[in-house]
Amino acid sequence: MKKIYKDASSALDGVLFDGMMIAAGGFGLCGIPELLISAIRDAGTKGLTVASNNAGVDGFGLGVLLETRQVKKMISSYVGENAEFMRQYLSGELELEFNPQGTLAERMRAGGAGIPGFYTKTGVGTVIAEGKDVKVFDGQEYIMETGIVADLAIVKAWKADPSGNLVFRKTARNFNPPAATCGKICVAEVEEIVPMGALDPDSIHLPGIYVHRIVQGEHEKRIEQRTVRKAS
Amino acid sequence: MAWDRNQMAARAAQELQDGWYVNLGIGIPTLVSNYIPEGVEVTLQSENGMLGMGPFPIEGEEDADLINAGKQTITELPQTAYFDSAQSFAMIRGGKIAMAILGAMEVAENGDLANWMIPGKLVKGMGGAMDLVAGVGRVVVVMDHTSKHGDSKLLKECTLPLTGKSVVDRIITNLGVLDVVEGGLRIVECADGVTEDELRAATEATIVA
Repeated sequence: MKKIYKDASSALDGVLFDGMMIAAGGFGLCGIPELLISAIRDAGTKGLTVASNNAGVDGFGLGVLLETRQVKKMISSYVGENAEFMRQYLSGELELEFNPQGTLAERMRAGGAGIPGFYTKTGVGTVIAEGKDVKVFDGQEYIMETGIVADLAIVKAWKADPSGNLVFRKTARNFNPPAATCGKICVAEVEEIVPMGALDPDSIHLPGIYVHRIVQGEHEKRIEQRTVRKAS
Repeated sequence: MAWDRNQMAARAAQELQDGWYVNLGIGIPTLVSNYIPEGVEVTLQSENGMLGMGPFPIEGEEDADLINAGKQTITELPQTAYFDSAQSFAMIRGGKIAMAILGAMEVAENGDLANWMIPGKLVKGMGGAMDLVAGVGRVVVVMDHTSKHGDSKLLKECTLPLTGKSVVDRIITNLGVLDVVEGGLRIVECADGVTEDELRAATEATIVA
């Protein structure tokens, strides 16, 4: 069982195909699989449907796949930081499905957990509910949402051991665990691969069963909004 | 006379109760954390996966792995816990967050909230707002009472696409505080220097005694 690959391109070897669906971790530019995104750009895979909370910014994160027109459809909760995205969307070149953020996270979690659909009160009485099955539980309305199962999940973690156990760092965890679990194949890029036994088994955030391939690399980790206070 | 942004945030901070877990939205709601009353301990949730959100970092201590839901760099506290997005919205939907303080474009007299989309304009997405208003115990909105043209934003019915249906409990505006009650809005208090008549005149929604 060899999960470690030498670079992002080889970690994606044989798993990419045109028209595929990819689930990506990250929130804004925090905890995004930037190396795997670049490798997908280099591979030139087209017609992608990407489930990701955000769509990157111009020239970084998923923004690079928008620039090259490799993305056909985004499933996201918030896409405000990307001018190229807006241009393609408004001109009809790019499809967009808005999901409430918690619904998107739960769709990934459910898909990975073998749950094809679930009921939520999020979005009841809004455009999100249009065309969806409604059911009343205890006098309250809920709408049905479906689980997401993606052809591929791409995620970013802080540390991995060779078995694929992952540990995330601070708020860079975000969508990465649910995205990882909903992929038929999950490729994780990490800052550091540590020896087997170096991670505390009680402190694993995502067990290696969900992670099929690992690659270690240097991350730019760009900050979107640098906010500071005066030292008191 | 009316309240400015900081006075509205200070008034909203009076809504906080000791021991609560609270989610603050982007904009004026973020300022609420500057006015948390003495002796009241609240834990701030950031829906990207954090409980116990601390202040902005001192310059040089920014960490790309530590941001809030507005993508701003922040810091952690001794009681901080991190978790993934599915877990984050499980606690939101599951009613574990006592209160959310959010911005709004329009509120209707039945508590309908619109704050995510203006048709024909740039649509950025609802983010976590729909989950928050559906799930948290109490929804307080902080907003300007009227548009730049003087039109009321407290309406009989929202004109914009909804974020949630009958979800708002209390509205804090530059002119005062109103509660959503049976039959319409009830005036709780007027802002400094604002009379009840002025508040009524600026409000399209039904005001009940």
